[in-house]
Amino acid sequence: MALIETLELEKNYQVGGTTVRALAGISLRIERGEFVAVMGPSGSGKSTFMNLIGCLDQPTGGHYLLDGEDVGGLARDELARIRNHRIGFVFQGFNLLPRTSALENVELPMLYNGTPAGERKRRALAALRLLGLEDREHHQPNQLSGGQQQRVAIARALVNDAPLILADEPTGNLDTRTSAEIMELFVALNQRSRITVILVTHEADIAAYSGRVIRFLDGLVISDEKVK
Amino acid sequence: MIGIPSTLRISLRALRVNKMRSGLTMLGIIIGVGAVIAMVAIGTGASRKIEQQISSVGSNLIMIRPGSMTSGGLRMGLGTQATLTTGDADAIERECPAVSAVAPSLSGAAQVVYGNQNWSTAVDGTTQGVLIVKEWSLVSGRPFTDQDIRNATKVCLLGQTVVESLFGSMDPLGQVIRIKKIPFRVIGVLEKKGQSLMGNDQDDIIYVPVTTAQKKIFGTTVPGRVRMIMVKAVSTEALEAAEQQITDLLRQRHRIGPKQEDDFVVRNLTQMLQLAEQSTRVMSLLLGAIASVSLLVGGIGIMNIMLVSVTERTREIGIRMAVGAKTWDIRLQFIIEALTLSLIGGVLGIVAGISFSKVLSAALGWSTVVSLPSVLLAFVFSGLVGIFFGFYPAYKASLLNTIDALRYE
Repeated sequence: MALIETLELEKNYQVGGTTVRALAGISLRIERGEFVAVMGPSGSGKSTFMNLIGCLDQPTGGHYLLDGEDVGGLARDELARIRNHRIGFVFQGFNLLPRTSALENVELPMLYNGTPAGERKRRALAALRLLGLEDREHHQPNQLSGGQQQRVAIARALVNDAPLILADEPTGNLDTRTSAEIMELFVALNQRSRITVILVTHEADIAAYSGRVIRFLDGLVISDEKVK
Repeated sequence: MIGIPSTLRISLRALRVNKMRSGLTMLGIIIGVGAVIAMVAIGTGASRKIEQQISSVGSNLIMIRPGSMTSGGLRMGLGTQATLTTGDADAIERECPAVSAVAPSLSGAAQVVYGNQNWSTAVDGTTQGVLIVKEWSLVSGRPFTDQDIRNATKVCLLGQTVVESLFGSMDPLGQVIRIKKIPFRVIGVLEKKGQSLMGNDQDDIIYVPVTTAQKKIFGTTVPGRVRMIMVKAVSTEALEAAEQQITDLLRQRHRIGPKQEDDFVVRNLTQMLQLAEQSTRVMSLLLGAIASVSLLVGGIGIMNIMLVSVTERTREIGIRMAVGAKTWDIRLQFIIEALTLSLIGGVLGIVAGISFSKVLSAALGWSTVVSLPSVLLAFVFSGLVGIFFGFYPAYKASLLNTIDALRYE
């Protein structure tokens, strides 16, 4: 069974009386353990696609099966539970809580699924260690470099053992060297831990780290090819 | 669902970040709760004082005095007519069913002497009924008996002030004192009663049998004359009936025709005091209500700040939702934040209110009573204010769209 399967997935927005077709019917299968790069110019629908895949938004048409379960029509809190257990997010702007230590930022997803305090700390520390941040656990985001912040965000995405990581331009705010480090991390996670990674980028050299590139234009997939 | 300790930690951190703002918001609640407690304390103090006065006078008390005398078109003051007698007192006790006890009174000032001590005090001729009417008991000795009254024996009961003045720390029981040079044996000592409504020392008194007072001390021209009759009604509800029965009885006994005016005056003391108590109670309610308005304003302050806080932290809310916070996780976070503000404010307000009451009673001499229920009520109420005014901002936060919240700048 594919981890992600979409059937004629559609998303329309109402903007001031006119309907905007952000996604015009996307049918895709992404298998467990794939590393996929989603590319396309702005307005092509790739962000909308990612929001739907990440259960942050609901489609207006078609179906989205995550691990064989139709996610369409689920209530807010059920979507929250799916995001908590099965999806890790990495954002361009890191989206860490300000004035909150790296450790507590990583603990955050476990706050919402009833993990006991001791277990939370142990797992968060393990995730930080995995990303080479063991001596930064008490630093707050503004005391960390961009690369370190993004690694804290990745630790947060991993901490609930989610099988899927969605990264929305994760290197957009980073310099070239740091970008390469972060991408190596994703590759390592994908190959060693068999975590499925889907990342949005518009840089070809970032997309080159992936195993499959899907290109969007005007709400449709215009190409879908395996690389390497 | 997120645990309460974690939520509390998040809330406290958020409140610490904006110390000044949290403090000022809390100040609204502190003033509100403090005002409620202080105002209720003042009100309770006032009505407590009146209650004490009522019980010191005796409850369900009716006083009968002779009417004014008219001589040559001039009306003299109350009590100038010598119309009331011990016979009237006995008749009231016998014939008025709404009356439970009667005490006639013939009083005057007199010099009293014991050994080499002397003292000017009020000497009141009465019967054993006075102890019931005035709800007064003896600390030692015995009350008057019927025999004392009938035989006009020379015995007396002493108030505490008289005991202190004449005997110091000695036991007066069985000693003989001289009232207007006539020897009287002390058969009882009254318990301490304190000041009356008017500020008179009620303990500065000697009771003697009414007959003794009439025949031996004050020597009245009209036989059996008394200056006043005090009556205790069987209950508060029976007060009016008692008044009516007494008036009817006395008119009949004094042979007053249907067109003629009473030659006596019946006054209901308790009713007056109860009215005073009622108005204090209304007052304290009013004070409390006004103070509650400030608590309400404090609550609106909390709501205002929480709304600002939700807007400022839209992005934080978005992040929390993205990693799996459910509707109630977000709501609980903001409600607990508002609750923390209002409860800390409530506790500080209780301290402020109690201190303010203490300062008031120390500086102005007002009696204030901080009651535990009013403190608990203020605390619970401040908590409710927090929940009530925190709910809307929390509700608003929980309905944010995750994607929009994440992109919020």
